[in-house]
Amino acid sequence: MSEPVLLVRDLVAGYEPGVPIVRGASITVNRGEIVVVLGPNGAGKSSFIKAVAGLVPVTSGSVLLDGKDITAAPAHKMVRLGLAFVPQTENIFPQMSVDDNLKVACGILKPGDVPARIEAMYTTFPDLARHRKIAAGNLSGGQRQMLAVARALVVDPKVLVLDEPSAGLSPKFVSMVFQMLADIRNSGVTILLVEQNARAALAIGDRAYVLVEGKDRHEGIASELWNDPVVAELYLGQRPAQPSRSTDTGGAA
Amino acid sequence: MNLQFIVDGLLTGSMVGLGAIGVTLTYSILRFSNFAHGDFMAWGTYATLTAVSAIGAMFGKIAPIGPLSFGWPLIVAVVIGMAFTGLMALLLDKILFARLRAKGQTIIVVMASFGASMALRSLLEFIFTSRPAYFSRSIQIAMPVGYGIRITPDQIVLLLMTALLVLCVHLLMTRTQIGRSMQAVSQNPALARVVGIDVAKVVRVTWLIGGALACVAGVMIGILVQIRPLMGFDMMLPMFAAAILGGIGSVPGAVLGGLIIGLAEAGAVQLIGAEWRAAVSFVILMAVLLVRPIGLFGVRER
Repeated sequence: MSEPVLLVRDLVAGYEPGVPIVRGASITVNRGEIVVVLGPNGAGKSSFIKAVAGLVPVTSGSVLLDGKDITAAPAHKMVRLGLAFVPQTENIFPQMSVDDNLKVACGILKPGDVPARIEAMYTTFPDLARHRKIAAGNLSGGQRQMLAVARALVVDPKVLVLDEPSAGLSPKFVSMVFQMLADIRNSGVTILLVEQNARAALAIGDRAYVLVEGKDRHEGIASELWNDPVVAELYLGQRPAQPSRSTDTGGAA
Repeated sequence: MNLQFIVDGLLTGSMVGLGAIGVTLTYSILRFSNFAHGDFMAWGTYATLTAVSAIGAMFGKIAPIGPLSFGWPLIVAVVIGMAFTGLMALLLDKILFARLRAKGQTIIVVMASFGASMALRSLLEFIFTSRPAYFSRSIQIAMPVGYGIRITPDQIVLLLMTALLVLCVHLLMTRTQIGRSMQAVSQNPALARVVGIDVAKVVRVTWLIGGALACVAGVMIGILVQIRPLMGFDMMLPMFAAAILGGIGSVPGAVLGGLIIGLAEAGAVQLIGAEWRAAVSFVILMAVLLVRPIGLFGVRER
């Protein structure tokens, strides 16, 4: 369980040289777990995850996937290297059918394997199977997110990386999306996600990191972090409203 | 009204439509109006003409196929011309457009294509002079097919060939991995990269297809009308009108737009006189931009 799949070490990254947004963040994602990266607004969560996925220029530090250095590989090579990324918004091709959205992501598979992989996705996401010929732009918000996740999973990646999967979704869909991610983890997929919605993310996460000002400042067991006063302080700048059992998990793992 | 305008219109429309496919693909995938596209047409035609002459010099005089004005040398030469034009488009992108694209200002790329258009055109005049050239001097007899319509064997074959070519491009775009990748890049290049698509490769394929089709359109004009260095430049307005009328990014739209422009031009020649022919594309272009800027099959930009 504690075999690391994704190792991010001292990552420094930003859009412009000399203006780092990510300032030395390190995280570890072990096989088969969901790791959540939390943080206040402007903490660099999104830039961090995009730098891992090759979308934001990396100045220094390293990203290792299954021991292989994938730091700053071009974004289009990441899928082949085993890292599938789901962007926060505009993460489907709206004018293409659901079927084509999945097929277009299969470029790295052998053509003979494509139909089986796509059917596997339809088995996992029956809701998508019912709409396979429909233009993806006509799907509901929750179904779009489902399609974006299915499109990332269709190539059977080593790690699934998501940028705020709950962004822009109504509460009903938020719980649906997180339940879906928990199910995906239970099927053996390793997941890394950054999330604004801390409560929902911690409910399904195994471990979590708190990112502040581009650095990982705190780490712990997801289920314990919600009541961790250190987190409350880092995250909200204040103690949680309800006094509760505080568990010292700082520096665990 | 004489129904002959239908045949004339379909022929002009085929030439415009084949050219417009390249325009619409370049616009939707590379996001700029390539004003040099017409000159790709002219270059492709002259390349084909040169190849025909070379084959003629090597094998002597070769009889045309059946009632057609051309024989197998032209067919071989078109394939050579298509490859040449595709590679020329690729080269121009490498030495000019790609560098300017990297700087991120579309208008500079558009202006550069205007400059490239002038340079390419002048170079053609310099090499081949501006005297018209022909693939064949033979005169074809148009056969009456009823309703007062006459059509030559060349025209029938070229119309069928256009239909076949358009079908092939449509299948390529909708049924193959590279076609889906092209659609993906045109809809969202950033997401296309994330799903593992090599955008540089898609750009290369776009230039190859656009250049090859421009060559075919040019050769059609060369067979049915004549070959001049300005032949492509004269097609520019109708091609852009067709691409915009059909909806930018849509291959069937570009072809349908081309046919509508062709038929409207041919109809206008009969109804209001040949001097108004060139105005037709312009009027259609303006009307589309004012009434339905996304065209027939276009999609609103998000």
